[in-house]
Amino acid sequence: MKKPIIATASLAGCFGCHMSFLDIDERILDLVELVHWGKSPINDIKTFEQDCDIALIEGGCCNDEHIHTLRDFRKHCRILVAVGECAIMGGLPAMRNNIPIQECLEEAYLNTPSTAQANPERILPNDAELPALLDKVYPCHEIVKMDYFLPGCPPRADLIYGALTALVTGQEAELPYEVIKFD
Amino acid sequence: MSETIATASETITLTIDGQEIQAKAGQTILQAAQKNGIYIPTLCALHATKENGLKTDIAPGTCRICTVKVNGRTMAACTTPVAQDFIVENDTEELNDLRKTIVELLFVEGNHFCPSCEKSGSCDLQALAYRYQMLSPRFRYAFSSREVNAESPKLLFDRNRCILCRRCVLAITTEDGKQLFGFTKRGDKSGIIMDEELVKNISEEQAQQAMHICPVGAIIRKEKGFDTPFGQRKYDHNPIGSETVCTTCNGEKS
Repeated sequence: MKKPIIATASLAGCFGCHMSFLDIDERILDLVELVHWGKSPINDIKTFEQDCDIALIEGGCCNDEHIHTLRDFRKHCRILVAVGECAIMGGLPAMRNNIPIQECLEEAYLNTPSTAQANPERILPNDAELPALLDKVYPCHEIVKMDYFLPGCPPRADLIYGALTALVTGQEAELPYEVIKFD
Repeated sequence: MSETIATASETITLTIDGQEIQAKAGQTILQAAQKNGIYIPTLCALHATKENGLKTDIAPGTCRICTVKVNGRTMAACTTPVAQDFIVENDTEELNDLRKTIVELLFVEGNHFCPSCEKSGSCDLQALAYRYQMLSPRFRYAFSSREVNAESPKLLFDRNRCILCRRCVLAITTEDGKQLFGFTKRGDKSGIIMDEELVKNISEEQAQQAMHICPVGAIIRKEKGFDTPFGQRKYDHNPIGSETVCTTCNGEKS
């Protein structure tokens, strides 16, 4: 039987969920036996050379590039898994959701002690190459349909491994109480 | 409520999930269940214990997480008095799914960023989400705009996490009975306000009690954050409801 292909992406996240994934330690060797790797920051493959079976998405959407990436994953992957607090509810980036964008940008680029001196012309980033910020930070399932959710900040390595091997082998995931935590 | 219970002597027989139990007239379904070691989830109702410093049980009936079916009709267990031959359904797939829906609605209605909350691991709302295996709410997040009040020297009041359960309004009072918290406005504008003058003079013990009574992380005691390590917090190992309901009175309290 053909091995399933796994892809991963980090949108508005801190890469903590990817780090937690790597915390499966030597079990990654078992995973290598079971799957092929597609586009992922772990192997630095940047394009979809072929469609993937499972994609782990870390982080929510805070700019238009994230939306584009997420839709691209939805198009090229059979199963999308929202991994972690940011992908599921926006997480830390979503704490800006009740602050107007202008205020956020001014705080970050004009008013902090480190930027007030360094930016005397008071320029806000405005290059056309830069992704445009969204009005709010959105969890992934409000942009595209997500198939599974693994909560946590980050999700425990055991949760990621248990869910992933279950998906790959068609078994029921073994998810004991201790591995499902929101923090 | 407590006066009614103290004077009532009539014994009533009812069944909860097929288990026949005895209760006293005037008790609520929740109280009868607790006395018999049957778990019904609550976020607003609170059983008086030495630990939480309450003198009488409170049951505001605001959160509806204790919804049960009484003779086929859905009722709040914390506000419905027992009656002879009640047939109560509690731990059923249908009711647990309903409760899970309430938890999900509470999660999307406020701003519950668990990783940044000092009550995480000891939060009743979070623990119910674990119990009902909520991996993600089914609804869109409201990202409501809520204020944080950090003026008081001993308490932080974060409205982002408030679920309007009314526990603090009923339970936290001065010695002469003045309320430190109160409700303001109505409908989706409802909120809790603090009497800043009274809260300014709150004692260490009362600040601790306020944090303990709040089922979420809306009331946080200042300068004492994250003092319980991961792995030792209230709901780190066992789901909410798996402990004995009343540990201080062993169910003897009516």
